[in-house]
Amino acid sequence: MNEKESKSNEMTSVSENKNKTNHENREPLLHITRRSEMEWKKAWLIRLAAILASLIVCAIAVTLATGLDPISVYGSMFDGAFGSSRKTWILGKETALLLCVALALTPAFKMKFWNLGGEGQIMIGALVTAACMICLGNTLPEPVLMIVMFAGAVGAGAIWAGIPAFFKAKWNTNETLFTLMMNYVAIQLVAFFVIVWEVPKGSGKIGIINQSTMAGWIPSIGGEKYLFMILVVVIVTIGMYVYLKYSKHGYEISVVGESRNTARYVGIKVDKVIIRTLLLSGGLCGLTGWLMVSASDHTITTTLAGGRGFLGVMVAWLAQFNPAAMVASSLLLAFMSRGASEISTHFQLNQSFGDIITGIVLFFIIGCEFFINYKVHVRKTGKESEADV
Amino acid sequence: MKKKSLIMLLVVAMIAAFSLTGCGGSGDEEKSEEKEGKTVKAGFICLHDENSTYDLNFINAAKEACDEAGIDYEIKTNIPEGQECYDAAAELVDAGCNVIFADSFGHEDYMIQAAKEFTDVQFCHSTGTKAHTEGLDNYHNAFASIYEGRYLAGVAAGMKLNEMIKEGKITEDQAKIGYVGAFTYAEVISGYTSFFLGARSECPSATMDVTFTGSWYDETAEKEAANKLIDGGCVLISQHADSMGAPTACEKKKVPNVSYNGSTEKACPNTFIVSSRIDWAPYYKTVIKAVQNGDKLDADYTGTLKTKSVQLTEVNEKAAAEGTADKLAEVQKKLEAGDLHVFDTSAFTVDGKKLDSYKADVDTDEKYEKDTEVIKDGYFHESEFRSAPYFDLQIDGIKLLDKKM
Repeated sequence: MNEKESKSNEMTSVSENKNKTNHENREPLLHITRRSEMEWKKAWLIRLAAILASLIVCAIAVTLATGLDPISVYGSMFDGAFGSSRKTWILGKETALLLCVALALTPAFKMKFWNLGGEGQIMIGALVTAACMICLGNTLPEPVLMIVMFAGAVGAGAIWAGIPAFFKAKWNTNETLFTLMMNYVAIQLVAFFVIVWEVPKGSGKIGIINQSTMAGWIPSIGGEKYLFMILVVVIVTIGMYVYLKYSKHGYEISVVGESRNTARYVGIKVDKVIIRTLLLSGGLCGLTGWLMVSASDHTITTTLAGGRGFLGVMVAWLAQFNPAAMVASSLLLAFMSRGASEISTHFQLNQSFGDIITGIVLFFIIGCEFFINYKVHVRKTGKESEADV
Repeated sequence: MKKKSLIMLLVVAMIAAFSLTGCGGSGDEEKSEEKEGKTVKAGFICLHDENSTYDLNFINAAKEACDEAGIDYEIKTNIPEGQECYDAAAELVDAGCNVIFADSFGHEDYMIQAAKEFTDVQFCHSTGTKAHTEGLDNYHNAFASIYEGRYLAGVAAGMKLNEMIKEGKITEDQAKIGYVGAFTYAEVISGYTSFFLGARSECPSATMDVTFTGSWYDETAEKEAANKLIDGGCVLISQHADSMGAPTACEKKKVPNVSYNGSTEKACPNTFIVSSRIDWAPYYKTVIKAVQNGDKLDADYTGTLKTKSVQLTEVNEKAAAEGTADKLAEVQKKLEAGDLHVFDTSAFTVDGKKLDSYKADVDTDEKYEKDTEVIKDGYFHESEFRSAPYFDLQIDGIKLLDKKM
């Protein structure tokens, strides 16, 4: 596929060159062409340079806005993420959750099915998990309860994504809007059940479920609360990598993503692939919800998903849907968020300031992809030249 | 060109990395030096940050108490009511805190979780309800008799209504107050009822509409709620929610506002009358001292007017009725002396009847079981059996517009 892509790129640049010779007088000051495949080393150098440049811009922003020493601010961010073993575990948990959502969204996005319903799929999985803990916590034996919770959450997430997928496959409805709206349905359902289960009445909170019996709680492994969920996500990561790269399903997903007509032509049942892939995508989001309730928060609130369904899109996209690279991009985002909260504690800066820094860094990282994928040509008198990053 | 700039960037990065590690080291040394001199370090967990009037009130008290005691402290803001609260508490323990405070109702279970794990650290949770039944030596609840402050604020509201009636702006029947509440549980019910009773003690024809937002901090919802009340004929607004939504809506529509958590005079110079608030500093000081001396803390702490935990801000003469400040001082004296009780059963009726007996849900449980008799000696004993309010009666004269069950 890469070969094909680079070939077509070359063709475009050739045709553009032709254009240039034809209309030399009217050549614009700047114009861009798509690059043929860039050497990976060079691409990573550009990315590294972008991160460094973003750090410099952030440093200027920090100094101008707060008068603080940017190096100590960075130091504090690093401290917030890795400062103690507990902090590192929390970072690991946050990374794992974000990564899990990103992995869940990846097959759908690779198929060019814009699943923006991650948030709702997480919430519905979390809701089912919480419901099992509350309603079945004292009746079912622990192993059975665990299995029911897991299956219920994954199933609920799968259904939540499966509905828009079914409509897309059958009637070609707009999946972006459909999945987005399913988010609101899920969140309102959670709001409703919070009121059913709230303690005390009227307070709008459920509190920790089964705090005394710990029924339905994922036990900590070797004293580490979050180890279980990190291990689960490691397995999901490897599984997704293999699934996308080596399985027939994975191949079908990329063919459908490239061109539905081609897929049909080679005999792929497109409808089936869409629905199957979305069941997987939603199921994994549901799994994230299960992890959040059973292994971490032990409660359900309307804000439990905390925007991870959308942040996951960014994680997946930053990594260009490569599960291995997603480990890095989710770690980066989790790091930024933990770091931001640390600087708000340490320097008593508003949390929004951390968000600004995150924004600058992401801007550079996303921006640099442009320079990896495209060449910028600047017009010069008589001669063509290139300007790069 | 490209290579050169890349190399330059790398050099800058290396310098940054080196100074970063160097800096980290020196920071740690400073910390350990500080630790040696002091015995108490306090940690604070806040739901939002200083943009929330509620959290700002806590943060100010935290700084005041810690500065006065000369101790180290750390404040963690924007901590949601979930596992993050437990994580934040645990991190504060790691950072050497031996007393940790949290400010939001939903933090309670996570504080209990942390208290069970870190038994040599004191966990103090404001507004919570479970300390007296949980039986942990290191977990405590705190609140204040804020219903007294609300009552006083209500008196100021009642005087304002009287002034408006006297000036012919409204008739007696139109003396309707609007109240923006967050949730429908006892803390909010106790608040608006005491406020209403204060207002009605001055203006007997007063009635009140209450609407709920279902959130502690939702600026848009609070603004909308205030506008809805004003459009529904309310001539004075008060609120128990934490954003500036309701006060600013009032300022825009020139409707008098009785605030909460602190003065909103700066943003609302023409409509702000007075605000009641809990001053947490006396509580924080008490706890810090007890931890310093190794004294045992009670499960519940209820601050009062006497402990200066319940406070009124300065009255804004521009908006308040004449003589408000004097009247408030007079009523406050009566409350402090015990001559006047806010929830005097002769001052209100429920379904047209005066109450002689009522069991409240003091011990929090999933079945909302009413467990404790709270009416004695002719009044409802609020915040005596635990610090957090448990007054949850729907009294006559107050209409709930959209009760979110």
